[in-house]
Amino acid sequence: MPGLTIDRVGMIYQLPGGGEVEALKDVTFDLKPGEILTVLGPSGCGKTTLLNIVAGFLSPTSGKAVFGAGEISGPGPDRAKVDKLITGPGPERGMVFQQGALFEWMTVAENIGFGPKMKGVAQREINGVVERYLQTVGLKGFGEKAIYELSGGMQQRVALARCLANEPDLILMDEPLGALDALTREKMQGLILKIWNETGKTIALITHSVEEALFLGERVFVMAPRPGRIHKEYRLPFARRGLAESLRDIKVTDEFTEKREEILTLIWEMEEDIMGKAELADDMGGAPPGGGEKQGEHAAGVGGKEGGGL
Amino acid sequence: MNKLLAKLGLVKTGMEARKSVSFGDPEAAKGGLFWSIVSIVVILAVWSAAVAAELANPIFLPSPLDVLGQFKMVATDGFRGSTLWEHLAISLYRLLTGFVLGCLVGIPMGFSMGLSKITRGYFDPIVEFMRPIPPLALIPLSIIWLGIGDASKIFLLFLAALWVMVLAARSGVQSIRLSKIHAAYTLGASKKQVLTKVILPNALPEIFTGMRVAMGVCWGTLVAAELVGADAGIGFMITVAGKYLETALVFVGIIIIGIIGAIIDVGMRKLEAKMIPWKGKA
Repeated sequence: MPGLTIDRVGMIYQLPGGGEVEALKDVTFDLKPGEILTVLGPSGCGKTTLLNIVAGFLSPTSGKAVFGAGEISGPGPDRAKVDKLITGPGPERGMVFQQGALFEWMTVAENIGFGPKMKGVAQREINGVVERYLQTVGLKGFGEKAIYELSGGMQQRVALARCLANEPDLILMDEPLGALDALTREKMQGLILKIWNETGKTIALITHSVEEALFLGERVFVMAPRPGRIHKEYRLPFARRGLAESLRDIKVTDEFTEKREEILTLIWEMEEDIMGKAELADDMGGAPPGGGEKQGEHAAGVGGKEGGGL
Repeated sequence: MNKLLAKLGLVKTGMEARKSVSFGDPEAAKGGLFWSIVSIVVILAVWSAAVAAELANPIFLPSPLDVLGQFKMVATDGFRGSTLWEHLAISLYRLLTGFVLGCLVGIPMGFSMGLSKITRGYFDPIVEFMRPIPPLALIPLSIIWLGIGDASKIFLLFLAALWVMVLAARSGVQSIRLSKIHAAYTLGASKKQVLTKVILPNALPEIFTGMRVAMGVCWGTLVAAELVGADAGIGFMITVAGKYLETALVFVGIIIIGIIGAIIDVGMRKLEAKMIPWKGKA
């Protein structure tokens, strides 16, 4: 299975009123096959922009995103590895969106079978795939239901199943559990870990919740805004532990709470830093403080235009 | 007995019966069939009473029985060479032809405007210019160009439906959530598949709403189009009857239009509920 390489990716948005925002600056990392990554950060830090670049919905203004190095072209001793530069969306990179991305005009089964159907897979085979993934996400017997008959948590299960049924190598999730109630959310976190374990897929998940990032991330990126960048990376044991232990038990361990407080403090400091700068700028009559920040970044930061241009 | 009362909306049943506050609850205002019947009865009663009390000259206000008599007369003997049903048939033919043509041209045009900067830019001035012009203002021109036959009337009805459908289809296309489009692409759909499997079904609710509005506009245009240079049709019948002060016949025409219009609208709503059950629930 291929891995993901993000190489000095930068993204600068031109604002309609002139000026620009540096949504991402020099973001570099590798994601190995089978890893699960969570990305955390205040709004406006470029999380969604990063995900959209990996999904292929946006192309970065600098640097490159490569998925699946290792294609071999031609025989001989000097086989060149051909990088698969990400230039657009593709079925090898699946995405689970926030609520509202399911097709209401199709049944649950039709939604899940959408990917295979677009590829022209025979209906009988599709039925088998649908049954299997209905089972995986715990919705056996719900195939003929309409989307609007399901609760929010069930809808996100369908979204997961729809993504899995297309058998992507990399699964991207953009705050998939953001709109769910706390109880459903915890159940879904368990489900995501289970799917990660059973399928061995590479997963990258964006979240606003520190706890969720800790539960689900073998690796956690804490991003900072203006310019959007990876501020700190953690490697954590909780996701792997979550496969055997209950999430609720992990949540009360000292190790977990310490990490949670550490990251929360980090984010708070970041937020205060931003707020401080904004207040200072106001005191100075709107002029940004020194320190190399561009005017446009400041102006745009107030709007919190994360993933703008979309 | 209770079942009948429930159907009429005189007793609350099920969930409604358990609600302790209902004022302001939209559900509480539904299902008042009994009061619809009362409404019709009251109108007929006031109408009959006004005639009986001779409040107005029968030339201005014929009695319900006169209207019924006129109805029977035109239904069997006809009026100006055509029976009521023939008048109705020619009107419906014009109405539906214009409406269908308007949909057939307007929906693809709206789609193309919703999907491409080029077509949007190209058609925008035409649509924005034509849309505010009432079809009635185009009657003389359509007669100069197409004569007094069916063609000019159908053309007007076509235009009446066209702009409504263009705008409905365009906004239907643009009402999509971008994440649905993105989801389809990541699931391997081609552009054509995104169009037919995602954008089209997503636009259906707005297209249906547009069709109901367009149908209403077409009725209005139809009667006006038949005022000028027609020799049959419900609008023609009403106009001529009015000129000769056959008020009862005018009433017949108006009532027929009202009833047929309502039946078509109910039919379209039923079709809508069947075809797009997800409307308003997502």
